[in-house]
Amino acid sequence: MEKKKLIRGRPDALNDKIMHYCPGCGHGIVHRIVAEVVDELGIKDRFVGIAPVGCSVFAYWYFNTDFHQAAHGRAPAVASGIKRARPELIVMSYQGDGDLAAIGTAEIVHAANRGENITVIFINNAIYGMTGGQMAPTTLIGQKSTTTPLGRDPRKAGFPIKISEMLAVLPGSRYIERTTVTSPKEVNKTKKAIKKAFELQMKGEGFTMVEVLSPCPTNWRLTPKDALKFVEEKMVEYYPLGVFKDEPVFND
Amino acid sequence: MSEFVTQEIISAGMGGQGVLKAGLLIAETSMKEGYNVSWIPSYGPEMRGGTANCKVVVSKRPVGSPIVTSPNVLLAFNRPSLEKFEQSLKPGGILIYNKSLIEIEPKRTDLKLVPIKATEIADELGNTKATNMVMVGAYVKATGYLNPEKVKEEIKHMFASKPQFVELNIKAFEAGYEAAEEIK
Amino acid sequence: MEKVMMKGNEALAEGALRGGCQCYFGYPITPQSEVAEYMSRRMPELGRVFLQTESEVATINYLYGAAGAGVRCMTTSSSPGISLMQEGISYLIGAELPCLIANVVRGGPGLGNIQPAQADYWQATKGGTHGDCRMIVLAPNSVQEMFDFARDAFDLAEKYRNPVFILADGALGQMMEPVELKPFLEFDPHKNDSWATTGAKNREPHVITSIHLEPEEMEEFNRHLQAKYLLMEKEEVRWEEYQTNEDDLDILIVAYGIASRVCRNAVDDLRASGIKAGLLRPITLWPFPKAEIRRFADRKIPILVVELNMGQMLEDVLLAVEGKTLVDFYGRYAGIIPSADEVVRKAFDTLKKVGK
Repeated sequence: MEKKKLIRGRPDALNDKIMHYCPGCGHGIVHRIVAEVVDELGIKDRFVGIAPVGCSVFAYWYFNTDFHQAAHGRAPAVASGIKRARPELIVMSYQGDGDLAAIGTAEIVHAANRGENITVIFINNAIYGMTGGQMAPTTLIGQKSTTTPLGRDPRKAGFPIKISEMLAVLPGSRYIERTTVTSPKEVNKTKKAIKKAFELQMKGEGFTMVEVLSPCPTNWRLTPKDALKFVEEKMVEYYPLGVFKDEPVFND
Repeated sequence: MSEFVTQEIISAGMGGQGVLKAGLLIAETSMKEGYNVSWIPSYGPEMRGGTANCKVVVSKRPVGSPIVTSPNVLLAFNRPSLEKFEQSLKPGGILIYNKSLIEIEPKRTDLKLVPIKATEIADELGNTKATNMVMVGAYVKATGYLNPEKVKEEIKHMFASKPQFVELNIKAFEAGYEAAEEIK
Repeated sequence: MEKVMMKGNEALAEGALRGGCQCYFGYPITPQSEVAEYMSRRMPELGRVFLQTESEVATINYLYGAAGAGVRCMTTSSSPGISLMQEGISYLIGAELPCLIANVVRGGPGLGNIQPAQADYWQATKGGTHGDCRMIVLAPNSVQEMFDFARDAFDLAEKYRNPVFILADGALGQMMEPVELKPFLEFDPHKNDSWATTGAKNREPHVITSIHLEPEEMEEFNRHLQAKYLLMEKEEVRWEEYQTNEDDLDILIVAYGIASRVCRNAVDDLRASGIKAGLLRPITLWPFPKAEIRRFADRKIPILVVELNMGQMLEDVLLAVEGKTLVDFYGRYAGIIPSADEVVRKAFDTLKKVGK
C-alpha cells in the first residue's frame, strides 16, 4: 500500500471554495496566510473579519469565520465598532489601497491614532482592481491606468501615498510593517508579520497594520510572472519593505 | 396673592451672573407648585461673547413653545440685556432690572418697573455671585404667585451639593424679596 | 413617580441607556452635543462604551460594526451630521441591523442655523439614503417622550431588525421640562446571537452584508424588506388626537413634534371662540397615520397642517386625504416657533376658504 503524508492542507479558517480572484493576484495568498495564522493562534471561533469594497468584497466567501462587509473606506470604523462592542473578539480589517488610502484615509488615520485594538491587512497593488484599473492613490509615478492613460503625472494627479510611513509617526500606532508576497521567502515574512500583529491585538496592545505589496496582473496588463517582477523592481523601490513601527503605545 | 397669569420670562445677563440658574429656580419651584413649566437656554454662538439668557414658561395649561419671543417678565441683569430685550416685553409687562449695573433708565412707559440694586445687595451679603438670587427674590415678590418659603426650600435643594452656599443664597433671595414691590 | 427637571438631550441619553444601550458613538454638533457629553459620563459609570469619533461618517460605521456584533447601540446628531451618515444608514437597513439614530434637527439647508426646525422630515421619512429604505420615525413632542421613545427604541429596532429613528428638534433637545424617569428595561442580551458577529464558536459563521449581486437575489431581498415595511405599517402607526370627538368638527389641525404643542393650545383658544377645532398629532412620521387622517377627509373637515418648515409633512397629508377636503398650510422656520395666536389666525383664514 502506498503511504501518503499530508504536508500542507487547507487551513480550517478557509472554506473549500474556488476563489474568484484573477490568476496571479495576491489576495488568495494573503487570505491563506491570514487563515493559517488564525488556525495557529486558535482564534477561529472568536475572529471577525471586515470585508471592504473592492476585489475582496466577498472575502467572507472564503473565510470560515464571522465576517462583516463594510462601506467603501469605512472598514477601520466598522472593525473598531465591533471591537469596542465585544473586546473579546479578534478583529481584522482587510482593505485595498483605494479603500484605505483614498476614500478611507480619515478612518484609518484616526483608528491608528486612537490605538484601536484591531489589525489591518492593507493590500497595496497600486491600482483600483474591481472597478477596472483606474488610478489608485498608491499608483506609481508614470504608471499607466485607465484614468492615467499617459502614466501618472504628479503635477496633475498627485503623488503615490506612503501609508505605512504616515501611520508610523502617529503616537497611537503599535506595529506597522510593509511586506510583499513575491516569493516563498517574502510570503513567510508576511506570515510572520501578520501573526505578530494578531498576537499584539490578543495582548490588547493596540493598532497593528501589515501593508502587503501585492500583484495585480490583470489591471497592470502584465503576465503573473512580470507582475511579480513589477512589485520587486518598481513598487519596492518606492515603497520600501520593513518594519516602520514596533513600540508599545502606553508605557504603564 | 395676585391672580396668576401665564409667565413668559426672559432672564438675561452676562456669563457668571447666574441668569440660567435664576430661570431654573423659578421653573423648578413652579413645577413643584403644580404648574406646567419649561426652561430653555440660549445656545451656540449666542452664548459666546459673554452674554447668556434663558426663557422660562410657567403655565396652568401645557406649555406650547418653550421659546419666548414676547415675554411678560424680563429679568435684566446688565445693560446690554435691558437694551436687547426691553422692546420685546409685552405691554404692561414686568421689567426687573439690576440697578447696580444699569445706569440708564428704561425707555418704555407702558411697563411695570422693578428696579433693584441686586449686585450691591449680594455684595453686602458677602458674594456678588448671589446676584441672581436677589433677582429671583424680586421676581417672586413682584409676580406674587409663588410662596417664598417654597422657593427657599428649592434653593436648599439646588445647592445640596454645596451646602456652604445655602445660607448666602437664601439671604440674598430674602433681601431681593424685601427690596422689591409687589405689582398689583 | 417623582418628576425631575431635565434637558431633552439628556433625557434622550438617559432613556437610551435605560433601554439597554451598550455603545454610544458620536461627534459634536449643536444643538445635540449634550447627548454625547452626558453619555461620556454615564456610559463609563455603567461599564459601557462611549466614543467620540472623528466624523459622522466614522460614527455611523462604528454603529454599523457594533450593531452587527449584536449589541444595543446608538448615535445622535443634528441635520448636517445626519446627512453625512446617510450611506451608513442604508447599509444598516440593507444588512438588517437594529440600532437607534436620533436627529435633533436644526435649520437648513447647508450650514443653516442651530435653531429648532422640522425641515428634515423628508430626509427621515422618505430616505436621504440610497435604495428602498424605510425606518420607523418617532417624533417626540416633550422631554418626557425624548426619554420614553429612546428607552423603547431598541425593542422596536430588534423586533424588525431595522434602525429606529427619532426625529426631534433643537427646542426639544435644549429645553428642560419635568420628566418621570422610568426604570431600566429588562431585555435578553443574547437575543441577536442567532445572526450577530459574536465569533463562530460551535456554529456556522455569521456574515453581515448588504451586497446581493444577482438581480433575482437582490429583488428577493427587497421583497423581504417590503414585507417588513408592510408589517411596520400595519402594526406600528402611532398618533394622538385631541378634541376630535364631535362629528361636526369645524377644522382639524395636523402637527407633530414641537409644533403640535402650540397647536394644542390653539385648539383650546379656537374652542374658546366658538370654533370646534381638533388636533391630530402623528407620533410615527413613518409609518404615517394615513387612514386616521383620511377619516376626517371623508367627512370633508378642512385640515390645517402646521410645521416648522415650508411644507413637508403637508405632502403626506395631501396623499392621505386623496383630494377629499381642503388642506391648508402654515409654516414658520428655524427658530421661529409660531404662537398659538398665529395658528388661531391662520385657522380662521382656512375656515374662510371653505366659506365658514
